[in-house]
Amino acid sequence: MTISSLIDTPSELTDSASNKTAIVLMTRVRLARNLSGQSFPGWAKPLQREQILATCRAAVAATPQMKKSLNVGIGDLSELERQILVERHLISRELSGAKGGAGVVISRDQAFSVMVNEEDHLRLQVLRAGFNLKKAWQAINDLDSSLEESLDFAFSPTLGYLTACPTNLGTGMRASAMMHLPALVISSQMEKIVRAVNQLGMVVRGLFGEGSDASGSIFQISNQTTLGESEADIIKRLSSVLQSIVEHELNARGKLLEADAGKLLDKIGRAYGILQNSHLLSSSEAMNLLSLIRLGVDLGAFPADSRCIIDRLFIEAQPGHLQHAQKGEFEPGQRDVLRAARLRDEFANFTRPDFAFGHRADAGQN
Amino acid sequence: MANPLKCDLCSKPATVHLTQIVNNKVHKVDLCEACAQAKGVTDPSGFSLADLLLKASLNPEPEVPAGMRCEKCGFTQADFKKHGRFGCPSCYEAFRGMVEPMLENMHNGTAHAGKIPVRALERKSLYDRLTKLELDLTEAIKSERYEDAARTRDEINQVKQAFSQPPAR
Repeated sequence: MTISSLIDTPSELTDSASNKTAIVLMTRVRLARNLSGQSFPGWAKPLQREQILATCRAAVAATPQMKKSLNVGIGDLSELERQILVERHLISRELSGAKGGAGVVISRDQAFSVMVNEEDHLRLQVLRAGFNLKKAWQAINDLDSSLEESLDFAFSPTLGYLTACPTNLGTGMRASAMMHLPALVISSQMEKIVRAVNQLGMVVRGLFGEGSDASGSIFQISNQTTLGESEADIIKRLSSVLQSIVEHELNARGKLLEADAGKLLDKIGRAYGILQNSHLLSSSEAMNLLSLIRLGVDLGAFPADSRCIIDRLFIEAQPGHLQHAQKGEFEPGQRDVLRAARLRDEFANFTRPDFAFGHRADAGQN
Repeated sequence: MANPLKCDLCSKPATVHLTQIVNNKVHKVDLCEACAQAKGVTDPSGFSLADLLLKASLNPEPEVPAGMRCEKCGFTQADFKKHGRFGCPSCYEAFRGMVEPMLENMHNGTAHAGKIPVRALERKSLYDRLTKLELDLTEAIKSERYEDAARTRDEINQVKQAFSQPPAR
């Protein structure tokens, strides 16, 4: 498989949204693994890195999950191609910035990706649309077991899988969910949620991981600790935290409708108007407007099947995808023009909002 | 104050004092303005306590002799302070005294309770056994103990067979 065919192929993330993905957009599980007896990527000499890269790429590509996969060195990709992979959550920013001696293997359906020589020799990840932590864990566990047939992993009976950073020790597992939480953001409850989630040993990050902002009201929630519990226990704990965040979000939506439905309808209606008519849209403004439309879908203002259009646009409004679609590289200012044009086009034929749900809420109040 | 708190990261006077509860344990971090900004402490959504805790737990100095070094890869304690990551899997053994107290703050336990790479461990124990048997065989032939040699050779064949068998699933 080639990178250009991958980019133009529908992915798990962009094309399988359904009702079940209303609040949890997708789940992801990643495992950190290292080869025994070899220096970690950050400390290995260039030649050793190259050898590790070759060994790992061959072993990963030979697994049944990676049949007909994309298997590339990071140096073989243009900057734009790397950016697109980052925007699709298939590689990390860190790998994208690697000088050399690093690579990635991505399955045909883009559900699995394995980064080689990122912080650890191997970072295996699986993406699943919606709230699917258990299935995601099973899938990545299987891939890990097939790799174990040909690779000897660094493992200690007491400390578990040995990783470059001690924060990943043990299971080497980070399970996460990407959640759309607009009502918690609008009602200024996110800070409270972040604190509560931290106390439960979980971490909240923005859409693109560490240090990224939470534009579009999309957050990633993942486990902080990796040692001392089994994978199943960590997933159970995370699931119950996610479940309770979903409930808080639904409550917040109910309260917003109850307290001032007009204000919420206004936000959604304005977002629709701007998306149909604007000529300059920054990435973060576009994300925030799309987030409001998505909330509108959840509330019944737009047909449910338009949710997957929004989820696709969340990704296509990113700088890399935008430039790929226009077949060129553009300055940020020019991108804002292109982005607005793209969204105007998309929303020209988008069903008009039906605000009956809000008026029902208003009537209920009187 | 007679003894103003110093920043845990750079030892300038600390102005930001952060207390957070993770896994029912209280963690306190004191930072100067600049480090707090740099670490994103002022932005609660984008800030990961793990990195900070990692460095904070190294400060004050852990009670291990300075100049410790991993024999396998040459990584030193100073390198860890600089990078926050280890050099190779053997570093965990070499820097055990430093790692153990760190893990208590960092995780929900200090002993692995998850997946075990059964197949790989099996393979390693077979490999170790094969190496030992081959040594025995050379030894037996050299000292002309041919009965022992024949028995060892049979054992070697058995182990080799076990190697090539498909994994039990």
